[in-house]
Amino acid sequence: MHDLILYIQSYLDSDRTPGGAGNIFWATVYILLVFGGLSVAVIAMNWLERKILAHMQVRLGPMRVGPHGLLQPIADAIKLLLKEDIIPAEADKIVFWIAPFIVVLAAFTVFVVVPFGPTHAITDMNIGILFMLGVSSLSVLGIVTAGWASNSHYPLIGALRSSAQMVSYEVAMGLAVLSVILMTSLNATGTGTLSMIGIVQAQLAQGEWFIFKFFPLGLIGFVIFAIAMVAETNRAPFDLPEAESELTAGFHTEYSGFRWSLFFLAEYSAMIAVSSIAVTLWLGGWLRPFPNALSGPTWELVFSLFPGITFVLLALMCFYNTARMPKHPLFKIQTIGLAGFGVVLGVIGLLLFLTPVRVRVTDIFWFAAKVAGFMYLYIWYRGTFPRYRFDQLMKVGWKVLLPTGLTLLICTAVWAMRSDVWFEVIVPLWHYFVGILHWLVSLL
Amino acid sequence: MTDPNTLSPLELETPDKTFLDANELIINMGPQHPATHGVLRVILRLDGEKVMGLECVIGYLHRGVEKIAENRTYTMFNPYVDRMDYVAAVSNGLGYCEAVEKLLNVEAPARAQYIRVILTELNRIASHQLWLGTHALDIGAITPLFYTFRDREEILKIFEKYCGARLTTHAFRIGGLQYEAYEGFEREVKNFLTFFAPKIDEYEELLTTNRICLERTKGVGTISGPDAIALGVTGPVLRASGVKWDIRKALPYANYKNFDFEIPTGQNGDTYDRYLVRMAEMRQSCRIIEQAVAGIPEGPIMAKVPKVIKPPVGEIYHSIEAPKGELGYFIVSDGSTQPYRIRVRPPSFVNLQALDVMCKGQLVADVIAVIGTLDIVLGEVDR
Repeated sequence: MHDLILYIQSYLDSDRTPGGAGNIFWATVYILLVFGGLSVAVIAMNWLERKILAHMQVRLGPMRVGPHGLLQPIADAIKLLLKEDIIPAEADKIVFWIAPFIVVLAAFTVFVVVPFGPTHAITDMNIGILFMLGVSSLSVLGIVTAGWASNSHYPLIGALRSSAQMVSYEVAMGLAVLSVILMTSLNATGTGTLSMIGIVQAQLAQGEWFIFKFFPLGLIGFVIFAIAMVAETNRAPFDLPEAESELTAGFHTEYSGFRWSLFFLAEYSAMIAVSSIAVTLWLGGWLRPFPNALSGPTWELVFSLFPGITFVLLALMCFYNTARMPKHPLFKIQTIGLAGFGVVLGVIGLLLFLTPVRVRVTDIFWFAAKVAGFMYLYIWYRGTFPRYRFDQLMKVGWKVLLPTGLTLLICTAVWAMRSDVWFEVIVPLWHYFVGILHWLVSLL
Repeated sequence: MTDPNTLSPLELETPDKTFLDANELIINMGPQHPATHGVLRVILRLDGEKVMGLECVIGYLHRGVEKIAENRTYTMFNPYVDRMDYVAAVSNGLGYCEAVEKLLNVEAPARAQYIRVILTELNRIASHQLWLGTHALDIGAITPLFYTFRDREEILKIFEKYCGARLTTHAFRIGGLQYEAYEGFEREVKNFLTFFAPKIDEYEELLTTNRICLERTKGVGTISGPDAIALGVTGPVLRASGVKWDIRKALPYANYKNFDFEIPTGQNGDTYDRYLVRMAEMRQSCRIIEQAVAGIPEGPIMAKVPKVIKPPVGEIYHSIEAPKGELGYFIVSDGSTQPYRIRVRPPSFVNLQALDVMCKGQLVADVIAVIGTLDIVLGEVDR
């Protein structure tokens, strides 16, 4: 037993990812952890989206199943699994059957390289970001086959829209990512990296998150990516493939029950996946905020208390709402449930204050917190924006984001080559421009 | 329209060919569809996403209201009109009551007229609120719907207090009103006005300058003034095309000539202008209600109307400005207690005919936006 604990401890203290160490056992454990965590995240997202959207829309959202509707996602999952499995008679059955699995597979596989911490990734590939972009764009295959196999007009249009949209936004996305790769090469050896962990470590080494690098170039790249990633995941305001008011449900119109829930699962895990890319590339991955301004052991300690504080606050919220529950015998079980949930959150919070846990969890916490910020943005967009039209969507992709991305890439490259670019490039260019103007004026 | 010089441009159009002579895609939008506002079925001929033409199939909600009228007395038919445009039941009732009153040659007392105007204008606001919510929902903004429904509730509360019903109100009687305004009616209407004025700004804040909203609605579903007149389009849709035609001003009924208000018009006749016109109309309705509520006279609420209504032989056409356009009642009386024939001119039905003209050459998403902005109610289209 003691040996086992020592073994686990030695592993946790190592500086390599399970994949990097070639340890299949630990890799499997990590895969199970990531898969489980992702499923919980999707369930939580389901509840949060309904609640947040509801509160934006002056209503309450789910309130019946469990306290404050906390068990609603579970009830939904059970409902979906128990539903009749319908495959339309005219559908291409095999393709119809495979399509949701392709989408889910693509959405989950990308998490192999997502770095939750310096060692908390299943593996660290030297082509990490390329792998993520490549695999996540495989999901378009599943969507197209789903639309095609349904043998129905609405899914077909939805699938075509989706494929066109994902392909066009991937270009701009790729350009934004490239500018970050250029930034990673600004170290002593001058070699950049595609590794997800390497990108975060480059930000640590350069003492700056890439969103602030070469201001405003890093910010522009981030904005391009933030727009493209919403389009990439087919969410509002770019949710044309499943535009409810136009195409009823788009590519998954003919899907129901379990198969539909797979699409749902894939959509939310894809959202988490692209948010993780954005967090890793621009927001410093697992790094805590203000590493430069608020440094030193005291601040280290303060920031490492955040996970515990967050959970304790959540627990306090639960207790507050338990006290506000209606004092009616009908609500007895719900009240006890909410209090129990609060106790669980509180215990987790207190556990997170323990030094050995605290030290190891901080990275994961900051990463998750940043991703959660993006998740909130997704919900916010959905509550705020109307939907783009297809041609406008294409216009934004090709005529706005793509040229901006190209310019950004060139500017980043120039700036990265010469730190004193202002005097060597911009100023001569400006003189040249003014000279041409003088010449033109003299012609008059 | 046989003379080519008087031919409307919409009849000169030839159907376009598809890009690269591709096959046309024929899509049935409806009768069960989230964005057709009921049971409208639109058969779309598509070239990819582009609409080559469309055909509306209606009648899924046909209840034979006009035929029912022939077997009911004038009084008995009054509640039926509420079920046509169920979003603006009060306007329907006003049109019917006034038509029969005209046939009987009686006039409702002044107090009744004022209360009628207040309730009708409140109903216009309620109808526009419902339109705004669903229109925004159709172009993908899901939140405004909840705001408009929250505020519409206040109007429905006033209706409920006045006559006990929220939607199919049956608020008016032939010759005036059945119910005296309840205690505190005026105060509540005034309260509503102060509550509602900032809410319109709130709606506008969400949509009027929203970039995506502008792109989705500007230049979409354009119809010119002459085209709109040729198709018989009325109401906000016509006014958005720049035609200043409002029956409240043109052929004043009730006591609208006593009130000071403007007719908001647009210039381009596109979806955005229709949106702006309706938003402005809500403000104008508030103005009318404000004046009416300040000037409600005392007096009787019912004119002298016989218990058994037996209009003289004759026929009458009376139209009012319903929230959706010109709502007309053509009543033929054979001197008996039951109308010989009632024909309703529903604004939604006529406005819907413009859909094909508005949507040709646009994209699928525009069809949704245009249907939303035509503000049709299928209960009224099919009757």
